[in-house]
Amino acid sequence: MAEKSYRDAIRDAMMEEMDRDPNVLIMGEDIGVYEGTFRITAGMLKKYGPKRVIDTPIAEAGMVGTAVGMAMLGLRPIVEMMTVNFAIVAADQILNHAAKVRYFSGGQVDVPMVIRGPHGAGVQLSAQHSQSFESFYAHFPGLKVVAPGTPADAKGLLKTAIRGRDPVMFLESAALYGMKGEVPDDTNFTVPFGQSRVAREGRDVTIVSYSRMMQMSLLVADKLSKEEGIECEVIDLRTLRPLDMDPVYASVSKTHRAVVVQEQWKPFGAAAEIAASITENVFDELDAPVVRVTGEDVPMPYARNLELLATPHEEHVAAAVKKVMYR
Amino acid sequence: MTTFEVSVEPRVAQSLEAMLLIRAFEEQSAALNAAGKSPSMCTSVGQEASAVGVMNALDERDQILTNHRSAGHLLARGADPRRILAEILGKSTGYCGGKSGSLHISVKELGVVLTSTIVGGELSLAPGVALSRQMLGGEGIVVVFFGDGAATEGIFHESINLAAVWNLPVLYVCENNQWQAFVHRKETMLADHISTWGASYGVKSQTVDGNDVDAVTAAAKDAVAYVRGTRKPFLLETYTYRLRGHMEPDPASYVDPAELQSWKERDPIATYEQRLLDEHAITPAELDAMKSRVRARIEDAAQFAMESPYPSFEELTTNVYA
Ligand SMILES: Cc1ncc(C[n+]2csc(CCOP(=O)(O)OP(=O)(O)O)c2C)c(N)n1
Repeated sequence: MAEKSYRDAIRDAMMEEMDRDPNVLIMGEDIGVYEGTFRITAGMLKKYGPKRVIDTPIAEAGMVGTAVGMAMLGLRPIVEMMTVNFAIVAADQILNHAAKVRYFSGGQVDVPMVIRGPHGAGVQLSAQHSQSFESFYAHFPGLKVVAPGTPADAKGLLKTAIRGRDPVMFLESAALYGMKGEVPDDTNFTVPFGQSRVAREGRDVTIVSYSRMMQMSLLVADKLSKEEGIECEVIDLRTLRPLDMDPVYASVSKTHRAVVVQEQWKPFGAAAEIAASITENVFDELDAPVVRVTGEDVPMPYARNLELLATPHEEHVAAAVKKVMYR
Repeated sequence: MTTFEVSVEPRVAQSLEAMLLIRAFEEQSAALNAAGKSPSMCTSVGQEASAVGVMNALDERDQILTNHRSAGHLLARGADPRRILAEILGKSTGYCGGKSGSLHISVKELGVVLTSTIVGGELSLAPGVALSRQMLGGEGIVVVFFGDGAATEGIFHESINLAAVWNLPVLYVCENNQWQAFVHRKETMLADHISTWGASYGVKSQTVDGNDVDAVTAAAKDAVAYVRGTRKPFLLETYTYRLRGHMEPDPASYVDPAELQSWKERDPIATYEQRLLDEHAITPAELDAMKSRVRARIEDAAQFAMESPYPSFEELTTNVYA
């Protein structure tokens, strides 16, 4: 074990996999010579050279299409998006190609590739640069969607993504890049997809979340424990596709109350899927309707005071917990 | 309604004053950012002649689409520095009420349709803006500003081909400032000039020295006359250089100092000042007066922006739908 930042954990995962498999390579804007806008790829060009650390022009459709083509013939490309917002320029390559090739080839062709980059709200980046896409991508069969909330998961899940045989949207929280945590050194450490985790045990309310909102939920849980004696159980989904709901059902069967927290907009979001699944599967266990905590249903405003209003905060989660407890 | 002094009667002194205003504005924005009083923005320092020269050739009927480096375009079009700076600070007095910041400013009354910060976003809209003008009547043309980096996006090629086959009055202005965020243009394309790509779409094209405001004005006037007269697109490349980093703050340590120095010596403002003085087109006293006028306007703009209120909380949910 070593103390590592989320950022370094991501880099370690890529470098370990590039050491292990010569077919793994990375491409993206400003990732080589400049070493990445968020310094994720620092040192990688130097170590692996320009054939495996490829600077691309500003051409998202071109680079993702290229990656799909590479993957179909046996390479394992990682595409870094400067921010995940820009991946929608390549939506056709992701949704109509990467996600479907295996299926409509009758299983003849694998598409082992990862698209990764910073995701979600930042600070005053305005409406085109602050979006969350997990439910958008998770809607499509054929894609896997990962949203790590700790440095260890960032590393372990990314290694699984790179080693896998399917296209993966790997959504990093830019706000967590500097966060530190214990990360196993073992180069064979991986975290399998589809295994939600109990991030904190508690008896009163189940909070379901992922990525940065999961970290925020942990802070709220500690606060409520100290200040109000309310014990929340926090479930970290880690991957939205595949989605492992069993630990959520087990937890709800214990607490009988659930809150789902996401940064993205409420309508048709990940929290809606989770709340519906709870209702379908453990309805009889519920003592209160499932409550969603979400971002405000508006394009992200720029003014800082409005931006703060548009994103979920600790007090929203705390209020939701009390609501399901009728307190 | 702002007047169009600059474009209606483009005299040399006005070009200089417009460039000085842009430079002072950008330096003020950068200073506010450095002092922790403003979020980040992309400045157009070094590219003032391109903005001013092109705007000199336009009139009230014309529509403008621009990108993340838009403050110069807005100011050259006659936008109020107070309201741009207020927008950058996220204040309610900004052009978009604080909802856009530097990233998405539009100013309908000046024909500034949109600033898009998705690279190439503005290019995707240009044929439609032109078609709308054409179908709804009106003589205006559409000017779309984009970078050399945007030209490497597929949408550039779709946009210019559509404008060509549909005979749309779009003036494509590629501000080739040699940089695409943190990567040099030479790393991403083999062509030295984006203008050479126009011919393959049957679009008349030209490169002009983007650091010479008179040259840009002359080339833009020819281009605008062509687009207005033929209702066909034209591709004008203003060959220039980004003298500051990509965004604030950016120490730009990746820039080759010799290259930077060679372009600093061709600073569009310093060289133009010198030329006007040498030609006695302006006196040193007039130049001083001009500079203090500009300084006063920018100081006033900064004060206005700083003192303006933030948007009210009710604004959060307005304008999502009509
Ligand atoms: C689709 C998309 N990809 C990437 C970015 C990030 N980005 C913002 S500006 C920029 C560079 C654009 O270069 P260029 O078009 O030459 O304009 P310049 O910045 O030089 O004015 C990049 C890569 C973005 N905003 N949108």
